[in-house]
Amino acid sequence: MAGHPGRTAQISELAERVKLLWLGDQAITLELPEENAERVLGLAAALDRKIAEGAFPGAGEAVPAIRSVTLHYDPLSADPESWLDDLRALAAEAPTARPQARDFTLPVCFDADFAPDLADIAKNPKDFIEALTAETVTVKMLGFLPGFAYLGDVPEPCRAPRRKTPRSTVPAGSVAVAGAMCAAYPWTSPGGWNLIGRTPAKLFDPANPERPALLAPGDKVRWKAVSRAEFDRS
Amino acid sequence: MSLSLEITDPGMAVAVQDLGRFGLRRFGVPVAGALDPTLLACANALLGNPPEAAGLELLVGGPALKATEGSVAIALAGEVSAQRIGADGAASPVKPWTALVLAVGETLRVGPPRKGIAYLAVSGGIQSEPMLGSRATYRRARLGGFLEKGGSLPCAGPGALHQGKDWTWENAPIRVLPGPQDDHFPEASLEALERQSFQVGPASDRMGLRLSGQAPLSHNDKGAEIATDGVVPGVIQVPGDGQPIVLLADGQTTGGYAKIATVIAADLPRLGHLRPGETVRFKRVTREEARKALKERQAAFARWRAGLTGAAGAIDQAALYRANLISGAVSGQE
Repeated sequence: MAGHPGRTAQISELAERVKLLWLGDQAITLELPEENAERVLGLAAALDRKIAEGAFPGAGEAVPAIRSVTLHYDPLSADPESWLDDLRALAAEAPTARPQARDFTLPVCFDADFAPDLADIAKNPKDFIEALTAETVTVKMLGFLPGFAYLGDVPEPCRAPRRKTPRSTVPAGSVAVAGAMCAAYPWTSPGGWNLIGRTPAKLFDPANPERPALLAPGDKVRWKAVSRAEFDRS
Repeated sequence: MSLSLEITDPGMAVAVQDLGRFGLRRFGVPVAGALDPTLLACANALLGNPPEAAGLELLVGGPALKATEGSVAIALAGEVSAQRIGADGAASPVKPWTALVLAVGETLRVGPPRKGIAYLAVSGGIQSEPMLGSRATYRRARLGGFLEKGGSLPCAGPGALHQGKDWTWENAPIRVLPGPQDDHFPEASLEALERQSFQVGPASDRMGLRLSGQAPLSHNDKGAEIATDGVVPGVIQVPGDGQPIVLLADGQTTGGYAKIATVIAADLPRLGHLRPGETVRFKRVTREEARKALKERQAAFARWRAGLTGAAGAIDQAALYRANLISGAVSGQE
């Protein structure tokens, strides 16, 4: 970086604005100054490399989220206090990563049985469906449940706040929106998002240990409307 | 020689657990694993198993297991009792904290834990098929070992037969480190976290404890919602109503609520024993105190393990094992 004073200044300024947040004595979260998916993935990849090189003895996994990466470690063998300067530098210097985005077309059935919240949140369900299926959304992160991908941003007419009272049971395959994001529930679980359809897609496969989740950050998803008959056949 | 136990009664919510499934949080897969890994390690140590060997976690029910192919060594850890039922139907009481050998035709009927949770270990550890690198059960995604009536639990060969003192946890406040989002709360809420006792709500499970306190932990103007970020078991998230939720082993990998504090690793096993209706208190500590507490816990476990002695009747029981080996040789299986 010699001969690039401007860039060095930029890095140190960014380093100042990186927040290191202790998550008890088992993990530390590196929070970036703003939401930037490519920077988050770049930092997660950089941490993976450093962990593999043995730079952080006792470190476990690096988990990317919306604007942060959480580094888990073994509290008995790690000395994370000694990592802080390196972590801050890494967060400031990590290049942005443009993941190998794959394109997915996922079927979704908007049958009324599968879409109990559609009429409540959409002025006109037909327009909602058209808007949602017209554009691609990007996988921002995985979390919450195995294979659960946060997808965004959905077009303006498809946005709606989370339900005031979460459902205790959301059926597996449910497609839902909350705020500017949408998602499909890979598993039956409690959930507070608005249910607007259901997909037959298999979103998580434990038989594929290298990549058990169908979707990865950066992937592009296009929803494709299918009829109830097509859904039932799949 | 392959050994197994027949599951004559799976018991409610009894599941195979080991120390958890690591390295897959980026795919949304929780660690799962034993709520109290120390107590699982105790049950394993009574049989000479390594701490990470898979055992059964007993939350609200107990299983009944029958030795059908050969005798199997079993140990119980926790506040739990059991009965050995002979092939002739005669029952005799069995205590935890000592290894026993279940002979062919005998059944062990384990009661629900009287308090907290309990573990059952088998010699060599339960040899169920690992999924994604672990035998830990995570029900929501159907990962791990499920007990079904008439099914079998594969076990490994004979090991040691020990007895030990009861391992008990102190009944002190659960220690926490503030953060990662303590800046979303006024100091009054951090004080309220320490000052009151919280009741464990009925909707609590292996995913988390839903707590209620008289004084809600109100947020400052930064509010309850954050850009979703990473969480760990033990984190205390506070939704808009100010009533905290403490995540446990099956908790999600990321969360969107501000987290006021995080339970220290040393006290995490104690959280798993809390039952709906019971109360819990919290106490803030420093990072140095957290480190010391964890070292002390490790040392206490090492002392406990050093105090193990041969189980009563271990010699007779060892004879059963030899019979095992002979019958195995005669029948020529495996």
